[in-house]
Amino acid sequence: MARRDLEKVGRTPLLGLGGVELRPNVYDLAIFVLVAAAFVAMAYGAREIAAPASKLVAEPITLDPAHLPEYALRTTLRMFAAIAASLVFTFVVATLAAKSRKAELVIVPALDILQSVPVLGFLTFTVVFFLRLFPSSELGAECAAVFAIFTSQAWNMAFSFYQSLRTVPADLDEVSRHFQLSPWLKFWRLEAPFAAPGLIWNTMMSMSGGWFFVVASEAITVGDTTVKLPGIGSWLAVAIADRNIMAVVQAVLTMAVVILAYDQLLFRPIVAWGDKFRFEQTAAQQRPRSWVYDLWRRGRLVRRLTLATGWIGQAVAALPVGFARPARRVAAPASGRVSDIVWRLIVLAVAAYALWRIVLFTRSTLDWSDVRTAIEMGLLTLLRVAVLISIASAIWVPIGVWIGLRPWAATRVQPLAQFLAAFPANVLFPIAVVLIVALKLDPDIWLSPLMVLGTQWYILFNVIAGASAFPTDLREASTLFRLRTWQWWRKVIVPGILPYYVTGALTASGGSWNASIVAEVASWGDTRLKAAGLGSYIADATESADYPRVVLGIVVMSVMVVACNRLVWRPLYRLAERRFRLA
Amino acid sequence: MDLATAPKVTPRADAAPLVVVDHIRKLYPKGSGDDLLVLDDVSLSLRNNEIVSLLGRSGCGKSSLLRIIAGLLPSSAGRVTIGGREVDGPAEEVAMVFQTFALFPWLTVLENVEIGLEAQKVPPAERQKRAVAAIDLIGLDGYESAFPKELSGGMRQRVGLARALVVHPKLLLMDEPFSALDVLTAETLRTDLLDLWNERRMPISSILLVTHNIEEAVLMSDRILVFSSNPGRLVAEIPVHLPMPRNRLDPAFRQMVDDIYALMTARPVGKPAHGTFAGTGLSLQVPRISPNLLAGLLETVAGEPFHGHADLPALAGPLQMEIDDLFPVAEALQLLRFAEVAEGDIRLTEAGRRFVQLEPDGRKRLFAQHVLAFVPLAQHIKRVLDDRDTHAAPASRFRDELEDSMSEEYAERTLRAVTSWARYGEVFAYDEDSGVFSLDNPS
Repeated sequence: MARRDLEKVGRTPLLGLGGVELRPNVYDLAIFVLVAAAFVAMAYGAREIAAPASKLVAEPITLDPAHLPEYALRTTLRMFAAIAASLVFTFVVATLAAKSRKAELVIVPALDILQSVPVLGFLTFTVVFFLRLFPSSELGAECAAVFAIFTSQAWNMAFSFYQSLRTVPADLDEVSRHFQLSPWLKFWRLEAPFAAPGLIWNTMMSMSGGWFFVVASEAITVGDTTVKLPGIGSWLAVAIADRNIMAVVQAVLTMAVVILAYDQLLFRPIVAWGDKFRFEQTAAQQRPRSWVYDLWRRGRLVRRLTLATGWIGQAVAALPVGFARPARRVAAPASGRVSDIVWRLIVLAVAAYALWRIVLFTRSTLDWSDVRTAIEMGLLTLLRVAVLISIASAIWVPIGVWIGLRPWAATRVQPLAQFLAAFPANVLFPIAVVLIVALKLDPDIWLSPLMVLGTQWYILFNVIAGASAFPTDLREASTLFRLRTWQWWRKVIVPGILPYYVTGALTASGGSWNASIVAEVASWGDTRLKAAGLGSYIADATESADYPRVVLGIVVMSVMVVACNRLVWRPLYRLAERRFRLA
Repeated sequence: MDLATAPKVTPRADAAPLVVVDHIRKLYPKGSGDDLLVLDDVSLSLRNNEIVSLLGRSGCGKSSLLRIIAGLLPSSAGRVTIGGREVDGPAEEVAMVFQTFALFPWLTVLENVEIGLEAQKVPPAERQKRAVAAIDLIGLDGYESAFPKELSGGMRQRVGLARALVVHPKLLLMDEPFSALDVLTAETLRTDLLDLWNERRMPISSILLVTHNIEEAVLMSDRILVFSSNPGRLVAEIPVHLPMPRNRLDPAFRQMVDDIYALMTARPVGKPAHGTFAGTGLSLQVPRISPNLLAGLLETVAGEPFHGHADLPALAGPLQMEIDDLFPVAEALQLLRFAEVAEGDIRLTEAGRRFVQLEPDGRKRLFAQHVLAFVPLAQHIKRVLDDRDTHAAPASRFRDELEDSMSEEYAERTLRAVTSWARYGEVFAYDEDSGVFSLDNPS
C-alpha cells in the first residue's frame, strides 16, 4: 500500500516500458530506417545550403556579471519555449497514436527509437536548417536551440501520455460512454486528468534533462559558422575560450540559482497540484508538498484567480468543439485487418526506399572502414558507459539504501538529489578540464567521469525512493531472522529496490550516452582534450561539417542505445516487475 | 425534483412492458476455434414499477446482458427495445450504477453527479440545482465538495446512485451494486434504496438488478430471473410475493432462499457429474481453487453440526460466503468426487470423509489419486512426463493444446488451477521461471 502511494507520488518516472514488444522485429527495423533517413535528409539539406555568413550575432557575448541575469532569463525562456512545443507535440501526436491504429503502428516504435537517439548529434543539421529558414535574424539560431531542447524532451512525454490514454480504467470509460460524453468533454473530464500525474512527472524529468541541452545548444560551431546566442551556455563558451575561471564559477552559481528557483517555484508546486489527479480511491498517507503551492491555495486573491482559471477550464471543456456526439451505433470490431496489412506494406516500402537513399547518400563518401571505425569508437564509449554506471551504482546504491531506510534523511536528501539531477553538468566541465590539464591526467580515462557527472543522481534518487518504500514488515522480518549483512543485501533489499534501481540506471545510462558527445571532447582556451570514443567522433565530425560521418555516428550510437535498452534494461525491468514488485 | 407530488401508483406492475429483450445472443471471439457463447437466446421483459433481479453465477453473462440493455455492448443477435424504441447505442432512458462505483477521483461529489447533465448540455445553474437535489435525496447533503477518496465505500456508491438518478432515467440498471461493500454497509444501502423506492421518491419506473446474492434478490425484487452458466440461459422466473419490508428470518423468506439454492444446484439433465464447469475431457475448464479451501470446506461439512451433509444456505450464512464463492468450491469437490452437490445440499462421499480423517501426507496422496483420476488434463501431463526420458515438458505445449478448445485466458487459468492441485498432491512439479513441468520434486 505504502509502496504504491509513494510510487504514485511520482518519485519514480512512469517509464514507458510496459507496452512495447521486447524483441525487435522487421517492423522496428523499418521504423529505425525511417528515422535514420530523416537525419540523412536533414544532413543532405544542410550540405546543399551554403554556409551562411558568420556575422550572425549582433551583440557579442561579454563576460560582464551585469549581463548574467539577462542571460539566465533568456536561457530559461528558451527552456519554456521548448517545453511548450513539447506539450503541444505530446497532445497531438500521443492522442493520434492512441486513437488511430494506423498512426499507432508508426508513432509508437518511432517514439521509442527517438527516445534513444543522441539529440546533441543532430544539432548540426538543425542549426543550418533553421539559419537558412530565417537568414537575416537571430530567430533561426533561437529556433535551432529550442528545437534541440525539444528533441530531448518530447518523446518520453508523448510516450507517457500515449500509455495513459491506452490504460484509461475500463469502468470510467464505460461511464463516459454510458452518459454520452462528447469526445472533447471526455478528454477533459477523463483522459487528460487520468494522464496528468504521469505527464507532469515526465515533463518535470524532461525539463531537468533539458537544462543540459539548453546549455549545450547555445554556442554551436558548425564548420566555419559559429553561433552564440545570449545565454548561460554562450557565457560559458566565452569563458572557456578566455580561460576565465571566475566567469565559469559565476555561471555555475547563476545556474544553481536558476535551478533552485525552477525547483521551488515550478517543479514542486506542480507535482503537489498534480497529486489530486492520482487515480486512487484511497487517501495517501504521504503526499508531495510545496510551500509555494500551499501559499497559493491559502492566498485569497490567488484563490479567486484559481477559481477563474477553473472557470476557464470548465468553459473549455464545455466548448462545442467540432466533434459530433459519439456515434449512436455501438462500434462492432472493425474489419480493418486488410487495410492494416496494406498500411504496413506501405510503411515497409517507404522504409526500403529510404534505405536505398541512405545508401546512395553515404556511398560516395563513406566505405566499410568508416563503419568499422564508428563501431569501434562506439564500443569504447559503450565500455565507458558500462564501467561508469557500474561504479556509480556501487557508490550510490548503498548510500541510497542507507538514506532511504531513514525517513528523516530521505526527506532531506531526496530534494537535493533531484536538484543535482536537474543541474546541467556541462557547466561544471571546465572546472574538471582545468584540473585534468593542471594535473596532466590521461584524458582517455579522466574525461570519462564527466559523462555520469549529471546522470548518476537518477540512480541515487530512484534507489532512495525504492528503499523508503520498502515495507516495514519485511524489514522487521529480516531483522528478526538475524540475516547476515551479505544475505540481507542479496535476498532482501536488492530484490526490493530492483524495479526502482533499473528505472534509475536506465535513465542514467541513456543520459550518459548523450553526454558523451560533449564530455569526450573538452577544451580550455587553446588546450583541447579528447578521449577516443563515439562521442568525440560525432563532435569532431560536427565541427568539420562532415555530415555523412555525423549521420553514421548518430546511427551507430542509436543502434547501441536501442540494443542496450532492449537486451539489458528492459528484460531486467520485466524481471524486476514480475518477480520483485511488491504489490 | 418534484418527486413528492408524483402520483401514487400501486406497487403492482403495469401491463405494458418498459423493456423487451428479444432472443438475445452474445458471442465473444476466441483466439482459436469456435466463438465463446455467453448468452444463448435470452428473452425477457420488464414492466413499469417493478424491481427485477438477474440472478446467476459469474460467467452466466448477466453483466453482458445488462450492458446490452444499456447500449454499451452490441449483441450478436436479437434486439432490445426500451419504451418501444430499439436500443442501438447508449440509451437516454437508462442509467447505470456500477459495481466498482466508477467515480472520477479528481472530481468532487457534486461534479461527479453533474457529469451526465453536463454531457446533456444542461445549463450550469439548473445542473447544480438538480445535482444538489439528487445528493440530498440520497442522503449525502454536506458532502458536495468532498472527493470520492474521502468517502467510505457505502457513501461512494450513494454518489453513484445520485449520478444515475439525476438524469431522470426510466430504467435504473444496477450491476452488483452492493457486492464491493461490507455486509453492514450493503444492508443499510439496500434498505435505504428500498425505502426510496417504496415511497416513490425516485424518478424511475423500474430497476433491473444484477446479483449473485440469492438473499439480496429475494429481499429486493418483485421477480427473480435465474440464469444458468456456460452459456447464460434464462432457466427460471420466480415471482416474489412477500410483503415489503421483508424479513430475512421469515420462514417464507427462508423457504424461498432454499428453493432457489436447490434450483441453482440442480444437475442439468444429461450433463455429466462434474457440475457446471464448461467443456469435457482435456478441455474441461477447471476453476482456480486453492487446495486449502477445498480441505477447509470438507472439514466444515464433516464437522459439527453438519456431520457430512449440509444445506448450502445454512453453510453459506456462517461462512459469510456468497454463492460465487461457495458454489465453485463445492463443485470442485464434486469434480474430485469428494462430495456430491444436489438440491441445494452438499454431501461428502466416502473419499471425502476419509480425506478429513487423514494426516497431511495421507491427504496429499489421496488428493493426488483423485486429481489423476478425475482431472483429464493432470492425467495427460503426467503421462507425457512419464513417457519422456527427461521427465520434463514445457508448459507452453499444454497451453497450446488447451487453446485449441478454449480462449487464451481460460487456457491459462485452467493450466494454473491444475498446476496448483498437482503441486499440492505432488503429482508433478512446475518451475515458474523456465515454465517447465517435471517429475522431480525439490525436497
